[in-house]
Amino acid sequence: MNYLGKDVELKVVGTRPIRPDGVEKVNGRASFGADVAVSGMIHAKVVRSPHAHARIKSIDTSKAEAVKGVQAVITGADLPDIPSEEAFVGEGPANFREMSHNVIARDKVLYDGHAVAAVAANTAAIAEEAARLVEVEYEVLPHVISVEEAMADGAPVLHEDMFTQGVDPKPTKASNIAKRVEFKLGDSNAAFAKADVIVERQYTTQPVHQAYIEPHACVVSYNPDGQAQIWCSSQGQFMVRAFCAKLLGMDIASIRVMPMEIGGGFGGKTLVYLEPLALALSKKSGRPVKMVMSREEVFRGSGPTSGGTINVKIGATKNGRIVAAECETILQAGAFPGSPVGPACMTAFACYDLADVTAFGYDVVSNRPKVAAYRAPGAPISTFAVESAVDELAQKLGMDPAEFRLINAAKNETKAAYGPTLKDIGYVETLEATVASEHYKSDLGEAPKGKRRGRGVASGFWFNIGGESSGATYVNEDGTVSVVSGNPDIGGSRASMGMMAAEVLGIDVSRVRTTVGDTASVGYSFLTGGSRVTFATGMAVTQSAEEVRDDMCRRAALIWEIDAEAVEWRDGAAHPAGENAGKFDPLSLSDIAAKSGRTGGPISAKCSINAQGAGPGYATHICDVEVDEETGHVAVLRYTAIQDVGKAIHPAYVEGQMQGGAVQGIGWALNEEYIYNKDGGLDNPGFLDYRVPVASDLPMIETQLIEVPNPRHPFGAKGVGEVPIVPPMAAVANAISSATGVRMPNLPMSPPRMRAALDAAKG
Amino acid sequence: MASVNVSNQMCRPYVGDAEVLKLEVDTVRALIKELERRFPGLGPQVEESMAVAIDGVIVQDTYLEPIGPDSEVFLIPKIAGG
Repeated sequence: MNYLGKDVELKVVGTRPIRPDGVEKVNGRASFGADVAVSGMIHAKVVRSPHAHARIKSIDTSKAEAVKGVQAVITGADLPDIPSEEAFVGEGPANFREMSHNVIARDKVLYDGHAVAAVAANTAAIAEEAARLVEVEYEVLPHVISVEEAMADGAPVLHEDMFTQGVDPKPTKASNIAKRVEFKLGDSNAAFAKADVIVERQYTTQPVHQAYIEPHACVVSYNPDGQAQIWCSSQGQFMVRAFCAKLLGMDIASIRVMPMEIGGGFGGKTLVYLEPLALALSKKSGRPVKMVMSREEVFRGSGPTSGGTINVKIGATKNGRIVAAECETILQAGAFPGSPVGPACMTAFACYDLADVTAFGYDVVSNRPKVAAYRAPGAPISTFAVESAVDELAQKLGMDPAEFRLINAAKNETKAAYGPTLKDIGYVETLEATVASEHYKSDLGEAPKGKRRGRGVASGFWFNIGGESSGATYVNEDGTVSVVSGNPDIGGSRASMGMMAAEVLGIDVSRVRTTVGDTASVGYSFLTGGSRVTFATGMAVTQSAEEVRDDMCRRAALIWEIDAEAVEWRDGAAHPAGENAGKFDPLSLSDIAAKSGRTGGPISAKCSINAQGAGPGYATHICDVEVDEETGHVAVLRYTAIQDVGKAIHPAYVEGQMQGGAVQGIGWALNEEYIYNKDGGLDNPGFLDYRVPVASDLPMIETQLIEVPNPRHPFGAKGVGEVPIVPPMAAVANAISSATGVRMPNLPMSPPRMRAALDAAKG
Repeated sequence: MASVNVSNQMCRPYVGDAEVLKLEVDTVRALIKELERRFPGLGPQVEESMAVAIDGVIVQDTYLEPIGPDSEVFLIPKIAGG
């Protein structure tokens, strides 16, 4: 059923009820992965490589095993040697064999922090002490950190069996270039002849971590009967179950995963790191095993998103029409193939209506942690470059940057640069809202002496996805309702699930309690990622609530002894549908629940679907900055995020997603980077030296929701969690350019870089 | 007949220079079977690694999605997210 029409009055969807998990998160009672404790539990620590690239000649665990209190030690030899098999994980294609080798190294270590062994002991302190006694003999190999080093002739090759895919003829020599991808529409090369103005520039971005507050943590209990239980914080309990089963050679049915509260994921918890090791240690020791990463381990051992080098060329006519565009994106994959270069290329020009466009890219391995997904994987990287170039083009043409984008904006029926014809999109609406906004029209004010102010805009796109999802609705004996979702709640999905169910059932949302089911209590759901949960799992929950509603109409008909078709559901109660149905007092949900035993038993419905047709998301951001000419510090003075959200189920949560994405993007723009030393070691694995924005750094992020409903969702929802991180880097860079006249093509635009660029501009 | 664009790089090893095919298919399942019949190996490639955009709506991992007689169908890499 669809609830989109103008004559449909929504009473719950679109309101802002208090968040259902708020109290226990504020008072500290929410249980995260590290909070779990079970009887007989021991603690484990990982031994990590100090080298960026080295062959493991031997591992001697005898001294560690001799420490009193040590229960088990494992190395790569304790995990099955599984064959190469393609997997589809957070940000795209991966390989289970490589995943296993990333979880714990076999013959070679491929980055500083790569796990080589793990020790379980009675206490964490004993495990840590024993871990230091594991003796690993390495043959240190030359390493490569940047894509330029990795692609250079004669570069040390990480994988001797890796040959570049996507090139013709097939190479015969192993390479660090895993694959080449290309997307093409028309003939961009020829179309540049029509351009009056061309901007061509190279941009670079740094790998950045998702910087979730909660480090990876799990407790795993393997029983002698071969059954295992896992309590962990992740973006998908079914993902953890499937990956652990694959990496340990177990049946899926033998593993039950209990999803704990999650302290942020942003894509970084779409993989497993600790769980397979804890499972192997629990199996070996016969005890439940707890593992918790330190922040240093999070930085050294888990995946950030890629850094990249992007070459952009865009040409436009004097009247502001873009006639040709090209973009080459080279992305770091980390130690194993699988950077988001495909989506980076596909999204690069997705904001624009272009006839002649080419985007191609390379997936390149180097001696850094294997990248993981991060909000809209790949899109922020290519978009930083393209949106910076678009801004520069507008500057050269003397046009307002938002108006320039409006002239070239993708609309319904535009053929996207990556192929399909776009439908039900709201990009133009975000630009029109930008131009009309008080922020965009406002005066920047006079900058203090020695500082300069400027304003920038930038736009972004993300596909959003649907996929397999399960939900269930249960009517309790007292007329309250329990909803079970198959997806961990990262961005407020418990609230939105409960609200959609309440809307369908016509009851107050306070009567609905939503929980996240474990793998044995709810049907399979693909992980929480791709901005898919409110869309896809929301659809499953809505359908389950509709089944419950229809069942209650049948129960009312039974009580009234009339046909079920003669009953309609309104305002949380069954009513006779018209005078011919007879005269009966309405039966509320509570009335029917109280008689559920007499009318056929408990009232519930489960729904499992493969949701399709997630509408794409577009956003435009406005950023005001103040640049300190003496220090190079860039202060964000005002920031507004405007986004097509389809239909906001819970607007406050949607605004939170937009604010969070914008802030992460600002951090990516201004400060965040990994600093490697000459030996390939990470020098800043902590929040003191890896600087994420904090509340005192930024103004309140203003938001404006544009609602262009997605007709494929019962309430019109589109994914909202990823596109907010796409525009910020270019929005900040464009604001800096407006303030100073200096174009900053390299991230982060940190004070030293900003100061150097200002000095260079002065000559 | 539906216009099926197979110009994506992932199709090229199977279709060569072909860009748009006119196919009489009414579901994604029928599309996969027909592509496999014409270009052996392309069916599994589409089924496992690609998404199908039908009149602008991206669907993936599904047999059942209908394809209209005048539909525009685009084969693109499968999409995930963070």
